[in-house]
Amino acid sequence: MASLAIADLPEAPESRAESRATFVNIGERTNVTGSAAFKKLILAGDYARAVEVARQQVENGAQVVDVNMDEALLDSEHAMETFLKLIAAEPDIARVPVMIDSSKWSVIEAGLKCVSGKPIVNSISMKEGEEAFLSSARRVMAYGAAVVVMAFDEQGQADTKERKVEICERAYKLLVAEGFPPEDIIFDPNIFAIATGIDEHKRYAIDFIEACREIRARCPHAHLSGGVSNLSFSFRGNEPVRRAMHSVFLFHAIRAGLDMGIVNAGQLDVYDRIDPELREACEDAIFDRREDATERLITLAERYRGTDAVAEQAAAEWRSWPVAKRLEHALVRGIDAHVVDDTEEARGLHERPIEVIEGPLMDGMNIVGDLFGAGQMFLPQVVKSARVMKKAVAHLLPYIEEEKERNPDAATGKGKIVMATVKGDVHDIGKNIVGVVLQCNGFEVIDLGVMVPFARILETARAEKADMIGLSGLITPSLDEMVTVAEEMTRAGMDIPLLIGGATTSKVHTALRIAPAYSGPVLHVLDASRAVGVASNLVSDTQRHELVERTATDYQAVRDARAGRAPNALSSLEEARANGFRASAYATPRPLRPGLHHYDEWPLDDLVKYIDWTPFFRSWELAGQYPAILDDAVVGESARHLFKDAQVMLKRIVREKWLRAEGVAGLWRCRRDGDDLWVLHGNKELRVPFLRQQMKKRDSRSNMCLADLISEEEDWIGGFAVTTGHGIDAHLARFRAAHDDYSDILLKALADRLAEAFAERMHHHVRTELWGYAPDEALSPDALIREEYQGIRPAPGYPACPDHSLKPLLFELLGGGEPAGISLTESFAMLPTAAVSGFYFAHPDSRYFGVARIGPDQVEDYARRRGVDEVTAARWLRPNLD
Amino acid sequence: MSVADRLRALAAERILLTDGAFGTMIQRYNLDEAAYRGDLALTLDQKGNNDMIVLTQPRVVAEITRAYLDAGTDIASTNTFNANRVSQADYGAEALVREMNIAAASIAREEAEAAQQRDGRPRFVAGAIGPTNKTLSLSPDVNDPGYRAISFDELKEVYREQAEALLDGGADLLLIETIFDTLNAKAGIMAVLEAGEARGARVPLMLSMTITDLSGRNLSGHSVEAFWAAVRHARPLAVGLNCSFGAPQLRPHAATLARQADTLLLAYPNAGLPNDLGQYDELPAETARMLGEWADAGLLNIVGGCCGTTPEHIAAIVAVVAGKKPRALPQPPVRTVLAGLDPMVLAA
Repeated sequence: MASLAIADLPEAPESRAESRATFVNIGERTNVTGSAAFKKLILAGDYARAVEVARQQVENGAQVVDVNMDEALLDSEHAMETFLKLIAAEPDIARVPVMIDSSKWSVIEAGLKCVSGKPIVNSISMKEGEEAFLSSARRVMAYGAAVVVMAFDEQGQADTKERKVEICERAYKLLVAEGFPPEDIIFDPNIFAIATGIDEHKRYAIDFIEACREIRARCPHAHLSGGVSNLSFSFRGNEPVRRAMHSVFLFHAIRAGLDMGIVNAGQLDVYDRIDPELREACEDAIFDRREDATERLITLAERYRGTDAVAEQAAAEWRSWPVAKRLEHALVRGIDAHVVDDTEEARGLHERPIEVIEGPLMDGMNIVGDLFGAGQMFLPQVVKSARVMKKAVAHLLPYIEEEKERNPDAATGKGKIVMATVKGDVHDIGKNIVGVVLQCNGFEVIDLGVMVPFARILETARAEKADMIGLSGLITPSLDEMVTVAEEMTRAGMDIPLLIGGATTSKVHTALRIAPAYSGPVLHVLDASRAVGVASNLVSDTQRHELVERTATDYQAVRDARAGRAPNALSSLEEARANGFRASAYATPRPLRPGLHHYDEWPLDDLVKYIDWTPFFRSWELAGQYPAILDDAVVGESARHLFKDAQVMLKRIVREKWLRAEGVAGLWRCRRDGDDLWVLHGNKELRVPFLRQQMKKRDSRSNMCLADLISEEEDWIGGFAVTTGHGIDAHLARFRAAHDDYSDILLKALADRLAEAFAERMHHHVRTELWGYAPDEALSPDALIREEYQGIRPAPGYPACPDHSLKPLLFELLGGGEPAGISLTESFAMLPTAAVSGFYFAHPDSRYFGVARIGPDQVEDYARRRGVDEVTAARWLRPNLD
Repeated sequence: MSVADRLRALAAERILLTDGAFGTMIQRYNLDEAAYRGDLALTLDQKGNNDMIVLTQPRVVAEITRAYLDAGTDIASTNTFNANRVSQADYGAEALVREMNIAAASIAREEAEAAQQRDGRPRFVAGAIGPTNKTLSLSPDVNDPGYRAISFDELKEVYREQAEALLDGGADLLLIETIFDTLNAKAGIMAVLEAGEARGARVPLMLSMTITDLSGRNLSGHSVEAFWAAVRHARPLAVGLNCSFGAPQLRPHAATLARQADTLLLAYPNAGLPNDLGQYDELPAETARMLGEWADAGLLNIVGGCCGTTPEHIAAIVAVVAGKKPRALPQPPVRTVLAGLDPMVLAA
């Protein structure tokens, strides 16, 4: 008999003659009952790596992927659904059919709802009688799936040849009578472990093989499948012997009609190449040919134990590569350990130091850029790559300068961009990221830092002959400042492109307000990943015109659409007030400790557990909820690395006290007068005006105003300002000196998170102790993040009280000057930037809302109440007027 | 004889005609917001909600249907491509879904019967069910591949509501068309199977996939063979392809399906590829010439047009396919075809 190369079996059946030898290989590694490694991943929620297991299986030749989530500790329905949806998004996995494997119908059905194509259900049986069996079968048919039928009936699992054949034939007849296509039936006549030492088990393999032959004869078009690894269960841990047993068994069972099997494709041997002695021992056991077959196999098996080569470590191998390859590897992987040595070595190989940059380093960065552009690398990795690059460049710089002195023909880069966070704004994480990415791509970036007045931006751009200007801002007043910069650029007769970016900026605002103010091209850049494309096109003779024209047309369309659109109807302020929110009756408890409370140094380690990590990832342009993001199929790996680095730095921040958390909270008497609150400050009352929603409301919903939460009689309100930014500058300076943008951005992002955590902690402290209206509150950090507590802490500049100019009033209440050491810029941005301030409302009806668009009547009214002229009020409220 | 049997008998004799585009024809009426809206109390703009006009401009729908029937349509479809709860949510008109489908089916029914009276040729009404604008196989969020905007059960109910209303309004059969997501279609199939169960009789069903790239896959990534494997359990009266591209690009995939599907083959391509302005300018004679060639090659049982086609196109196709032999149903050997995005054939 010709030998069959079983290890080569996973071959597309269509490519062969449709012979009986064709065998469909079902991948078994995505099965929590069969793979401890997979189970561990699923239990840990590490779906990203679990998906990789499926991919590997398909790459290794699995023609069907078996997915099983039957584990008591799991919500199996949910796990099945989650995993199947994720692999559906991977074309190189989804190209093969799925086998939905569970002993629970609910899990199978959850899976069927997520799988397109035609899957296989594994399995149904007559274990609970014919009616239950047929009812499941009808559902399988309605979902358009094939089905595995276990040789199992009311009496139990079939173990002898006769029982296997009898049960399968009965099931076949029932199914076909029901209209089930016979070709969609796959029988599993149960492969059990042999060579267990128990006499009844001796015939399990031979009975299976013989039953296959018989079932094939009696049930036309049906198929046969089996879980092959069960066979060698008693040899767990002895892979060479298990492989041999599987291979030998399959060799014979396939000839008897077995045409599908759950087999680990990578763990099969070629029948011919198995050590003949071992092969014979396996065959003796499978065919029960000798009385002592089991003993002989066990004895022989001992010789094979532990002969598998341990997976070798390739980790250090790259250090032996040629230097250019090493630099590329270091850049792509973001490894900075050897970069200075390698750069020095490369310098020795090049005539001029600049050639190292233009050659191997730029080659490496181009690969990084390509991978980033292709969505295969993510921002944190790119910033790490940039760190490696900067270190290499820093090493070369003195040599380049030295050469420049000798030969003043300086090479020019790809283009020059002046970047700045505009006047009044201090936020620069996003701007720094864009700067790094542009530098990685060969642009010269002149970063003017934060709070940069327009005059300096224009001057620098002129003096440096910049190719473009990039403006960034986070808070809403920055939008107006950007318009100012644009107007000034027009006045100065400039025409270089103006790039707009930052969290509050938008294409609509850019099109409506900034573009009309500037004579040159204005482009809104959505995020760092777009910055390179836009900047490259702008310095390209061939691309620039097209991009500028296209953007201008696009923005004109935005303006036209805007002009043509009737804005949503607004109520008059009077109507809105009449439809104000009627808070339920609530006697606000008098605070246990009214007045001001100052905390000079709140322990940092107490804040860590209050951190909401989701926004942290967002600041790195990694979208997704924490902790699920760590398992994300696309950004998961990137997120995990970033998270790990963040944890390491966070530990140092806490242990080495890099930052100091200072905060102040106050609780004051107040009363409501219309949309104003009068807050008792010393012995006089301070007016704090709030804004009211004016959008027309349906369904008896109210036009909200924060003042609605306060009683006209006697009530209480609180306020706070916290920061975790004290001390940060020294460390940022240190990172900048080390050309380490990655750590610089990481520290800023962590400080921001700690400040938010501090706000959360302080609010908790207020609710349970200072105000004490919820003394018994016991919420987990997650519940806190979900805001499941009573009361809110709206911050000036955020949707419920969008006017940033309330901050000076709040600071006045908090003791005046710089409460908690926080100062305000002229646009009311807080310094240090890692700071949060806001009001406390205790009413149980308190909810966050957005004021959204307001009418001119309210602007006029607000200006009067706020004590400023209408122009100023309109400027402050600009984002709410469009 | 049941509708399905009558249709099969007719299809054995000649190539049957569906109709052409509704959208292209509705455009010719230049309806404005007031026309679309009629006197319905809806808060959102209705302009562009082509399905809504079955309630507000029933005359327009009736005229278009009549034009197609007079051009030679055997199976008139209802103007209900987006008349489902998911798509109508964009217009705030979810509450009108049942009413719209009943009205649309009634209009088509009335026109079909009137046409039958006029010339004595039997006519059928196919309740058209579009894919909705949500997908069960894909995440709308590139950063969250496991996310789905709708669940299988929700979508099944959406289809069920539309299917029931179309049948109640007088549709003879249902047509799940422009299938860009195979799993959506599977939810639709289950809804129709369940509707049939509830009514005590199998509902005749036609399925039509749309191809979104030239390699011959739909949006959920299925090749036509994989698609057929995934929907064959519906035992459809006809399976086919529509929309996608023009006839030349669609032909090889129609030929593949024609070889495999042991049921009637349906094809209604667009009037070529759109020009730079998004308009279709393939002339009726040109469309008809190409589909005539399909008929000569034995690919067609039921034919018509999709985007850009008009009653003139249908009349031209009728003239060309007249007298041509319909496709003979293949009798493929019994074999197991599973499918991921690609088909997997098990040996017998």
